[in-house]
Order: sequence, then structure tokens, then C-alpha cells
Amino acid sequence: MKTIWFHMQGYRDLPDDFRERHESIWITPPNDELCDSATVGKYLHWNLDELELADDLGFDGLGLNEHHQNGYGFPVSPNLIAATLARRKSDAAIVMLGNTLPLYNPPMRVAEEMALLDCLSGGRLVAGWPIGSAMDTTGCYGITPTEVRPRYYEAHDLIKAAWTRPGPFPFNGKFTKLRYVNPWPKPLQKPHPPIWCAGGGSVETWKFAAENDYTYSYLSFFGHKAAKKLIDGYWNEVAKAGRDENPYRAGFAQLVVVGETDAEAEREYLPHIKNFFDKSLYIPGHHAMVPGYMTKQSMEFLLGQSGSASPFATLGSNFSWKEHVENQGIVIGGSPATVADRLREAVKTLRVGHLMVVLQIQSMKPEQTAKNTRLFAEKVLPKIRDIWDDEGWVDHWWPSGATRHAPKSAPQGNGAARKRAVVRDAATLEVRS
Amino acid sequence: MIAAESRSIPLPSGFAANTTLVRGEGSPLVYLHGPFGQEWNGFLDELASRHRVYAPAHPGAEEPDDLHHLDGIFDLMLYYDDLFDTLGLERVDLVGHSFGGMVAAELAATFPQRVRKLVLIDALGLWRDDAPVGDHVMTTPEKQLALLYNDATKPEVAARLALPEDVKERNKLIIHRFSAVASTSHFMWPIPERGLAKRLRRVKADTLVIWGRQDALVPAVYADEFAARIAGARVRLVDGAGHVPQVEQQDEVSRAVLEFLA
Repeated sequence: MKTIWFHMQGYRDLPDDFRERHESIWITPPNDELCDSATVGKYLHWNLDELELADDLGFDGLGLNEHHQNGYGFPVSPNLIAATLARRKSDAAIVMLGNTLPLYNPPMRVAEEMALLDCLSGGRLVAGWPIGSAMDTTGCYGITPTEVRPRYYEAHDLIKAAWTRPGPFPFNGKFTKLRYVNPWPKPLQKPHPPIWCAGGGSVETWKFAAENDYTYSYLSFFGHKAAKKLIDGYWNEVAKAGRDENPYRAGFAQLVVVGETDAEAEREYLPHIKNFFDKSLYIPGHHAMVPGYMTKQSMEFLLGQSGSASPFATLGSNFSWKEHVENQGIVIGGSPATVADRLREAVKTLRVGHLMVVLQIQSMKPEQTAKNTRLFAEKVLPKIRDIWDDEGWVDHWWPSGATRHAPKSAPQGNGAARKRAVVRDAATLEVRS
Repeated sequence: MIAAESRSIPLPSGFAANTTLVRGEGSPLVYLHGPFGQEWNGFLDELASRHRVYAPAHPGAEEPDDLHHLDGIFDLMLYYDDLFDTLGLERVDLVGHSFGGMVAAELAATFPQRVRKLVLIDALGLWRDDAPVGDHVMTTPEKQLALLYNDATKPEVAARLALPEDVKERNKLIIHRFSAVASTSHFMWPIPERGLAKRLRRVKADTLVIWGRQDALVPAVYADEFAARIAGARVRLVDGAGHVPQVEQQDEVSRAVLEFLA
């Protein structure tokens, strides 16, 4: 299994009365009141220190994502952060999860920047293409809710063509019209860096990932127990698309805290977990479930299921350690042995080959993050690395330049997989063009 | 209130049929609804006492796929041109509220010969940096209420907002409003301004601009903005009314509209 150290890059010092004074963590929390530029400068150095430490400690990949105007995590332009990581001498993957395609106009910007990162890093880039949350797309960037998905699909087609077809060629989309598509450079990985989809559980994205033979990562913070139903929904689409059960088709993000003992983990980290759920996931329904971004069909489904309350707003801020760790399984925490056992169980149950661990939880100081990261790397990672080895699957979605912990017998850079990918892409292009 | 007849109007290929509410006898009047969806109410009943009222549904509310064929105001204008043709409406009186007011103004500017008289009620479509139009979409239910009504405790308003007891009926109404917001946002998110200001000079219809004086979504200064761009337009401000004066002050608004159209 591949383990990715994922950094959310949030605002670490939000006031205790945040919830009373503000309507949401996203879009509207006033910047002059809450976001201090000098403090952010400090955070950015901490963030990079933490990512570099994870690189040094042997994680398979370093994870970054894109979000805007919020305290939950505001990496804004993650390609900038990735560029500094790409400069380091390393064999870890840079898992860019990712660039929010509907926000780029023209989306050639993504084609160019990701290609540049791939060249700079020696083919270590994962090209993650999320659709984007309602907050980022319709809230922060003013995208018409009903156009978010159409823009995503069109940008996908354009970037993939830009990477795989010889330039120059014309592209006549609804949102982007280009006479000469001819990016300099193309990515180092051929035909292109592995494409990863990510989402919070919408059926359309599962289908899209399965049909295109991409991997899908479920990114939310409800924990592995709640994820089971959703990931099963994805695996169901994978089966329907006639794909195999390769666990590397799936990824999952999990908050993890490791102490020397269970008691120490609770004592040290619970305040940060509470803080995270109290503030970072304070996303009201009117920001998360925007009419048009959320389809009529999904709204009907949701109303049929329960009420119309936001799934985020009330989650977990007052939960006890026991509630978080045992009853709900939102957080995996405790001694290295406890954490390794729980992770193994979660990974096996969900059938995921890419595990994104969140070891920096918002208000945690750099020393705590470093401790959590070290304990995980030294005492947990060795116990979970072999998961799936017995089934003999090859990770076709891992960047060919990221050779860390690659099986000695496998051909350099998954050559066999690459060959398959070429065939796959040709077929896909034919169908879509 | 007496219900109107609901007619399913077939449209040229690619679009779902339009559900148009029809009632009354007299000269034809088309009413275009606001962002929360098609409805038949007391105001329309009063208009139907002297006119044959047609109240079509905004496209895409019932069938979201329709929006794939509507890439902006121009396509929307052709949609209504087709709909009017199908309904056999050569020339009409046009009354539009809120988003419907924006569409009515666009229609009157695009097809001046189709509109005899134009009534704009708290219409969207213009923008002033010193009086920005509010956001009725990504806002809390409480703030939305304050944006829309002068006094949400008035029985007329409470009746309009009430949800049916029956869960199935209630969900149906929630979906109806949700889809209406989605399909109208398609033409105006995130700023409800698509160049109407430069097109209003083409409006030839005799025009009445009605505005709730306490409108917190589209402040009453916009009444003058419309009037300043449409030759001969009159403004009528309605006291004790927010964004939906035809509900909060139904008698006054109905009377004003009927007198103007007479």
C-alpha cells in the first residue's frame, strides 16, 4: 500500500468564539479580521518544513490540494507549493489532489503547470483533478452552479488532449475555444501523469473515474466507518464498468494521531481534533448545497433519505475521544500498535491502495506534528506497507518517477502498466472526440 | 384563490414542454415569475379578472437538462419567442417580477414589437457598485427572509412561505423552489447583470416600474435606474413592501397594474 502524507494547510490560530461570530469557515470569514499575513508567512514555512520532514521520513508520497478563502485549508495555488517540493532530490510522489479544473480559464494553465511540475520533479507528479466544492467554485470563484460539472468535463477533455495529441491542434469547446493547443512542455511521464479523481461521494464522479479507468479518492473527514457505504458505491461503479478489483483504484483520507500510548494520544491530540471539527468543518448548508451545483436528483435523494440539514455543520465538535476513535471511527488514534491495527482494518474494509494520512490537524504546533509524523513513520508505516502485497496488484496510478519502495522485481516505472495506459488512452480519445 | 388551468405547451425539439398556468378572459398578459419558482396567487387572480393571464414556468426548473441548450440570455430570448408563437401570442402585456422582471425587460428590448405594455416589479438585471444587489442563493434561510420581505410575520407572507404538512407534498415544494433557484441562477450567478442596461434603450412599450420601498435584495434606487433608461417609464414605490410587493401589498399593486394596463 502507498501512504501519502497529506497537508491541509489550514489557519492554525482561529479564535475560540469563531462559531458564534461567523456564519461559515468558508467564503465569507472576514480576512482582515481573521487572516494575518505575517502569521500566514510563518505557517507556510511550517507547512513546507512538515512536508519535507515527511519526505525525509520515507512516506511514499506528499499530498497537496487546492482550496480558497477559508480557514480549513487555503493552499490557494498548490502548484506553487509543489514546485518547491519538486526541487528537492527525492523519490517520493508529489500527489497533487489537485487542481480544481472548473476554476481555470483557459484550463491550459493546468496542462502547462502540471507538465512543468512533472518535468521539474523527474516524473513524480500525480495529476489530481477534483471537480471542486460548491464553496470554492460557486462561492469563491463565481462559477455558475449549473456549469461546474460541464466546465469540469470540458477542461478534462482539453487537458488530456493537450497532453496526448501532437500540437498544435484546435479545440472548440463551449467554455474554451482555442485555435492552437500546443503546450510547452508536455509532461515527462508518457502518455501523461496518472490522473486521480477525488470527491466527497457523488455518483457522477464515481462513474466518471470508473469509466475512464482513473483512481478515485474519497476525501472527507467522517472517518472510515462512515466511508464504507460511499466507497462501496464507488466499487459498485467499478464493477459495472467492467474493471478489476485492484485496490489502487481507490484512495481514502484519514485523520490519524499517534502517541506513545493510547492515553498519551488522547491527552495530546484531543483538543486539536475538537478544534478542527468545531471550526474547520463549520460549513453551513447554504454554502455546501447550492441549488444547481447540487443536482435536482441529488436533492430529491437527500430529502428522501432524511432532512435538508448540512452534513458538515454539526459533526463532532463535542465528541469525546471514545466517540471519535471508537464509536464513530472518525479519527484513528492511540499507540502505534492501536493505530496500525485500526488502519489495517480500515484499509482492508474499504479496499483502498492509496491512504492519505492527515497528521497535521490544524491547530497542532510544528513540534506536535513532527512527533506525530515520526511515530507514524517509525512505528506504524512498517506495519501497514505490506497490505495488498499478498494479492499481487500493480499500482498503475503511481507516477513512474516516484520509485521509493518500488518492488525490486518490477520493471522500472511500471513499464507494463504504461503500455496498457497507452492503449487505454487511445480508446478513450476515440470515444470522447 | 382559484386555481388556474395548467397547460403543457410543446416546444421545438430539444426542450421539455413548458408548463404554463392559464386563467381569465380578456387581452393577453404574460407573467414571468421570480427565482423561487412558478406559482399562482391572489395577485394573478386579480390580473385574471380582466385579462387572459399566461404564467409560464422558467425553463430548466422542472427539467434541468433544458439548461444545456440555453447558454445565456440570447438563447433564453429565443425560447420565449418560440413559446409565445406556440401559445399564439403575437403581442402581449408583459409583467415580470424579480428575475422574471429581468427577463421581461430583456424581451421588451429584444422584441419591441411583441410587447404592448411592460410592468417591472422589483426587477433584477442592473447593477450599481454603491448599492449592490443582495445574494438570495448562498445565504442562510433567516437572511434570505430578511432580504425578501418587509414583514415576514404578515399572514399573506406566512401563507406564501408555509410548507404542507404532508411530507411528500412538502418535499415536492422544496424541490420546486430549489430547482427554480438553480435554473434562474443559470442566467445570473454570481452577479445578476448581463448587459441589460445598454439594451433598455430599445424598449418601446409603455412601462410601469413598481418597487417595494423596503426591498433589501434589490434596493429601490434600481427603480429609477430602470426608469432613466426606458423612455416615458413611470415609477411607483410601494410602502410596507420588500422584494415581493404583490404579496405584501397585493391590493395596491394589483390596482396599480390593472389601471396601468386598462
